[in-house]
Amino acid sequence: MEDQNKLLHEVTQRDYRFGFVTDIATDTIVKGLSEEVVRIISAKKEEPEFMLEFRLKAYRRWLTMKMPEWAQLKIPEIDYQEIIFYAAPKEQAKYESLNEVDPELLRTFEKLGIPLEEQKMLSGVAVDAVIDSVSVKTTFKETLAERGIIFCSFSEAVKHHPDLIQKYLGMSVPYNDNYFAALNSAVFSDGSFVYIPKGTRCPMELSTYFRINAKNTGQFERTLIIADDDSYVSYLEGCTAPMRDENQLHAAVVEIIALDRAEVKYSTVQNWYPGDKNGKGGIFNFVTKRGICKGVSSKILWNQVETGSAITWKYPSCILMGDNSVAEFNSVALTNNFQQADTGTKMIHIGKNTKSTIVSKGISAGHSSNSYRGLVRVSPKAENSRNYSQCDSLLLGDTCGAHTFPYIEVANSSSVVEHEATTSKIGEDQIFYCNQRGISTEDAIGMIVNGYAREVINKLPMEFAVEAQKLLQISLEGSVG
Amino acid sequence: MLVIKDLYAKVEGKDILKGINLTVNAGEIHAIMGPNGSGKSTLANVLVGNTNFEVTHGSVTFNGKDLLAMSADVRAKEGLFLSFQYPVEIPGVSMVNFLKTAVNEHRKYRDQPPLSAGDFLKLMREKKAMVQIDSQLTNRSVNEGFSGGEKKKNEIFQMAMLEPTLAILDETDSGLDIDALRIVSNGVNLLKTPNNATILVTHYQRLLDYIVPDFIHVLYEGRIVKSAGKELALELEEKGYDWIKKELGE
Ligand SMILES: Nc1ncnc2c1ncn2[C@@H]1O[C@H](COP(=O)(O)OP(=O)(O)OP(=O)(O)O)[C@@H](O)[C@H]1O
Ligand SMILES: [Mg+2]
Repeated sequence: MEDQNKLLHEVTQRDYRFGFVTDIATDTIVKGLSEEVVRIISAKKEEPEFMLEFRLKAYRRWLTMKMPEWAQLKIPEIDYQEIIFYAAPKEQAKYESLNEVDPELLRTFEKLGIPLEEQKMLSGVAVDAVIDSVSVKTTFKETLAERGIIFCSFSEAVKHHPDLIQKYLGMSVPYNDNYFAALNSAVFSDGSFVYIPKGTRCPMELSTYFRINAKNTGQFERTLIIADDDSYVSYLEGCTAPMRDENQLHAAVVEIIALDRAEVKYSTVQNWYPGDKNGKGGIFNFVTKRGICKGVSSKILWNQVETGSAITWKYPSCILMGDNSVAEFNSVALTNNFQQADTGTKMIHIGKNTKSTIVSKGISAGHSSNSYRGLVRVSPKAENSRNYSQCDSLLLGDTCGAHTFPYIEVANSSSVVEHEATTSKIGEDQIFYCNQRGISTEDAIGMIVNGYAREVINKLPMEFAVEAQKLLQISLEGSVG
Repeated sequence: MLVIKDLYAKVEGKDILKGINLTVNAGEIHAIMGPNGSGKSTLANVLVGNTNFEVTHGSVTFNGKDLLAMSADVRAKEGLFLSFQYPVEIPGVSMVNFLKTAVNEHRKYRDQPPLSAGDFLKLMREKKAMVQIDSQLTNRSVNEGFSGGEKKKNEIFQMAMLEPTLAILDETDSGLDIDALRIVSNGVNLLKTPNNATILVTHYQRLLDYIVPDFIHVLYEGRIVKSAGKELALELEEKGYDWIKKELGE
């Protein structure tokens, strides 16, 4: 037990070791951002004219916009002329075998139960072309293709399904939506595309596949998910393993469109480099995620567990357009050391009898700051709509902060909006009770925090839930006592 | 098994224990009685390693080892158990998950492999029967929404699961109804072996009718001021603590 604690402590409290610089041959363009750069990106990707126009519109709009300042975050100046906006790695391999990889990293993988082949891939070891993942991928592709499901990279979709892209790109998140969405629209590199045809239930979580393909999604990622009438899909983003990542700025866009009676469940576990114990380094994560319940009785669920990044700015939102549509946002956001998170959601009720639920569980430790920002807007036409919001904050220690900013706008009298918020401290008496039963302080904190977050974790698909639990525990090592 | 020598402890800067001496051998049952606020729970907490209480003087050995040098979880794994006077609730943490973790941590400490899910559930069933605790309780979060008596019963259930060598029961009888008192006492008696020992903290003779102690100690203002056989409880029940205070010249 002692040993295990020591190890956990070392793995998590020591310097994060995944930020090493490597020298690989890449196909890069000059750094900095200009109209010329946007054109080059589009040309390199051999995109059709409408894509270039989309990018240029976004770029020109971005030039006129300013970085948002209203979030409860301290964001250092970002110099966009210092960023390289296009880099297609030519080769992946950096090591010959796992023996060359930092053993601490491997131990973390083990704790998380990451399969060996995936460990190799995530740590940048040369992966043999005939490994399981390749055949798994092929099997997946066949199963999906039989049902007419399209699941591919964004670039492939632009090539093979330009009609779908043209019709739906920017429908949820317009190119001019906000500063980071505009930036993403101008320069996005790649991402994922999903189309579920009418009346089709996607037979598998689109996760393992994604994880296998997640190696090079880049810092300006774009995801588009379309669920046609009467379809269902559960999509898992990200990966609980500590991925190598040398990009400091991430500005992704995720768009979901649910048509009549369609249901989309989107789950995220985010575990990017949070910076070191003293708050140096770390990823800035500025994401725009939005779903439209476009059809009647459609349903979108956002489930997320956030433990990574130095700065997180993220509000997965739903526009409930179709009558009787339903949206849910379930979130656990954990911050430790000097992490800052400003997350939440927006629920915009437009259709009649629409219903949204928000469950947000913030956990703050160390010197971190954790804010929930939520907007619930019920338009005049959205009669008989309902929202229930529950925002809980759990504090570990007294050097961290939790803030809740609920904004509620209700423009008709037949709708009901309820908001509940609690703030609690992790009880020393609870930890001691566990200690007395033979459970170490570290394990006790993990257990209590997981208990606190259980309502949300239970909404995650099984394999994600297990990993998310371990992740919460690991992310809190050494934060109390 | 347990040897306490001249133990002093304070909480929030206030001296509570002022020179406790007590020896407990395997196979024995000791009862500690004493007026409210005399330091009974403090002694229990100090023994199990609650860091809110600061030991300022004295020593405690447990099975020959220096108990005060160990962290609370190690003390538990060395075989020390406290049935809390006020058990806390841990929302969202299921009894099953909690106990499985606890049992397996104990096993790991003894270099035993973790129990399989099947074996664990079997063990739970067996012990549930022993203390006659309802599955409706053990299927919930730890103590969450349990009544006062249910919490006490749950403490004894956990004791049955962990099979400690020294169990300290801090007013486990308070809050139990007449039937529950009998059931819980019965459970404690069933768990008794010549190799383990029990310290009962109680205010009432009633419990001692069921669990018969070998020794009774009176704790008063942080000291054990009187030790005797089980007949002392009857005397206390009859006369209260005043005569002891008088004996002490107060
Ligand atoms: N955390 C604490 N902070 C301040 N004082 C405390 C704390 N814990 C205990 N005390 C004080 O220490 C003294 C002894 O308390 P303790 O709980 O040990 O008494 P007890 O003998 O168990 O009483 P009872 O029979 O009422 O359970 C009391 O005066 C109590 O107020
Ligand atoms: Mg007491």
